[in-house]
Amino acid sequence: MLKINNLKVAVNGKEILKGLDLNVGPGELHAIMGPNGSGKSTLGYALAGRDGYEMTDGSVEFDGQDLSELEPEERAAAGLFLAFQYPVEIPGVNNAYFLRAALNAQRKARGEEEVDSMTFLKTVRESIKTLKMDEALLKRAVNEGFSGGEKKRNEIVQMAVLQPKLAILDETDSGLDIDALKLVAEGINGLRDGKRSFVVITHYQRLLDYLTPDRVHVLSDGRIVESGGQELSQRLEAEGYAFLEETAA
Amino acid sequence: MNQTVEQVNQVIQQRYKAGFYTDIESDRVRAGLDEEIIAMISAKKEEPSWLLEWRLKAFHHWQTMREPNWAHLKVPAIDLQKIHYYAAPKQKNRPKSLDEVDPKLLETFDKLGVPLHERARLAGVAVDAVFDSVSVGTTFQKELKEAGVIFCSFSEAVKEHPELVREYLGSVVPFTDNYFAALNSAVFSDGSFVYIPANTRCPMELSTYFRINARDTGQFERTLIIAEPGSEVSYLEGCTAPMRDENQLHAAVVELVARKKAKIKYSTVQNWYPGDENGKGGIYNFVTKRGDCREDDARISWTQVETGSAITWKYPSCILRGDRSAGEFYSVALTHNHQQADTGTKMIHLGKDTTSKIISKGISAGHSNNSYRGLVRIAKRAENARNYTQCDSLLIGKTCGAHTFPYIESANSTAKVEHEATTSRIGEDQLFYCRARGLDEEDAVAMIVDGFCKEVFKELPMEFAVEAKALLEISLEGAVG
Ligand SMILES: Nc1ncnc2c1ncn2[C@@H]1O[C@H](COP(=O)(O)OP(=O)(O)O)[C@@H](O)[C@H]1O
Ligand SMILES: [Mg+2]
Repeated sequence: MLKINNLKVAVNGKEILKGLDLNVGPGELHAIMGPNGSGKSTLGYALAGRDGYEMTDGSVEFDGQDLSELEPEERAAAGLFLAFQYPVEIPGVNNAYFLRAALNAQRKARGEEEVDSMTFLKTVRESIKTLKMDEALLKRAVNEGFSGGEKKRNEIVQMAVLQPKLAILDETDSGLDIDALKLVAEGINGLRDGKRSFVVITHYQRLLDYLTPDRVHVLSDGRIVESGGQELSQRLEAEGYAFLEETAA
Repeated sequence: MNQTVEQVNQVIQQRYKAGFYTDIESDRVRAGLDEEIIAMISAKKEEPSWLLEWRLKAFHHWQTMREPNWAHLKVPAIDLQKIHYYAAPKQKNRPKSLDEVDPKLLETFDKLGVPLHERARLAGVAVDAVFDSVSVGTTFQKELKEAGVIFCSFSEAVKEHPELVREYLGSVVPFTDNYFAALNSAVFSDGSFVYIPANTRCPMELSTYFRINARDTGQFERTLIIAEPGSEVSYLEGCTAPMRDENQLHAAVVELVARKKAKIKYSTVQNWYPGDENGKGGIYNFVTKRGDCREDDARISWTQVETGSAITWKYPSCILRGDRSAGEFYSVALTHNHQQADTGTKMIHLGKDTTSKIISKGISAGHSNNSYRGLVRIAKRAENARNYTQCDSLLIGKTCGAHTFPYIESANSTAKVEHEATTSRIGEDQLFYCRARGLDEEDAVAMIVDGFCKEVFKELPMEFAVEAKALLEISLEGAVG
């Protein structure tokens, strides 16, 4: 599904990702952990195609396509979804309207028919319910005045409606209380169908307890320095990132 | 980041869809501004002598005045002697009904999306169509008459209702008010007249569509709306002009009178030709609009969506004379390329417990300059006056400017005046967020701008909110990268 080879990414001329390799197969869920500033969000932005995140070396293949060729909206239409670490507010733009416009833009790009408002509303309402969100949030402006937790859950609602092939979730669990965390995990698990893949960026074992990742990777200073199974995240939780330096030394 | 700005600037290049010219024979006075020209205009309109005298008084006063220079605008010298002050499509006889109007004119308004003939006209909206210096026709006159409402061209009102015109003309904007109002008073040609009798709610929306067509002319229209006690009306004006390399002057005066408990809602969608991407051509729009809440509990609300004109100088204002009277001003002003806008409002609180609300949204792109200028004045006797002002600017790119000039003059310590202002740039983060969800750049910009204007759009009558939104989108449309 996602094949990243020796990826180097520079932001403002500064190299942040320094030769990153990652392979995520169909249906797999991979976790990426790592200290602040190690380049996790940079990876998400680079994959989603943000301006100024320049791929200087290496290759990224997504669902058989060379990602570097595609504009951000083309990547979205191809089935790539990034849940933002800091979801953006768009004042005055109705949340449901935004999501429907996004869905229909993607469908149009894929040559599919637009969804009618009834079908759309049904889908959104279901995910809103799963995440125990207030339906009133649909009528509010995109993320405007949402609490931190509401913003994060709103990202999951978007993911559920847009039905991507690969979702990258950037610290979606940060700032959530334990109940909200469970709901988000349920939302993610509900979308695991054996085909859809996930890259979950997190600092906490807590979320992974609910998600049971296929692989856990540690990102440090722009490279994957360690990969393993669930036990790796447990060790990180217990010992922190300090042991990385020990192994390096 | 620079790349994004570049792309957005391309997105915002306007495509002006009303830029065509109608080839029609025109009856035009010679160029120039003098007493003889004024007498000619008055004669063409078969006006009574008191009106000619009023025009001439205005002209003599105007001769003592100078162009205002306090606005944040660079206004090139305008040679007023080169303008033809009257131009009208040639018509054999004055058409008695819309069926007799020259098909070329009907076709023009069709093309502009304002069909006048019976079959196609907009349901529930009466239209007065003004072409250069004359009104070519007004729809639904019969239906309105049954409700006691008078809606006709200004020229017709002078003929049919001289006593009303004489009583109210210049009673809100005297010709001494300012340079452009004085000029208008001397040479005004046509415009609309509205009279709503007491305790009557106007049964439909009224609207005037102003079209400048002829070359080297100016349009100097005059609109007068009178709302008798307990009456209510919603009025809308739209305007367009052909694309030309020369600038054309448009100097209108609009006067509103709201008597006891009357309500007037006045909306404008202004789409005069803005000039090309290098700043060549476009309309100079110098307009004086004022509403008088003359008696208690009167209410006047201005809503404007300004996307056109090379230069806009416009401050729709309210005089809150009656106790508990209320004034509102909702504005979206979009400038791009080399457009300049200096627009805002004046809220003059004279009565007790008067309230006013100002919501201004300025959007600047390209090399344009967009200024909000607003005055809130609380007179000594205006106990408990309240004003709320919110003034937001949205910048697209780094070569445009947004400026805010709020003036507050309060002579009464019980007044409460609140002012909030924000300036933001269309964020790269907002654009990227939209694109990451699958929207292309053009749709993303349109959506962000539309969201920014929401509070103003919701004040427009439904049909026109849709039009205004589409207009903004057209203004933002263009080839992306
Ligand atoms: N726009 C930017 N300009 C310059 N440096 C940046 C920018 N964005 C991120 N960085 C730097 O890149 C590094 C990685 O950041 P980030 O990917 O956000 O880390 P993480 O998500 O792992 O905390 C940090 O050193 C950060 O300061
Ligand atoms: Mg991060």
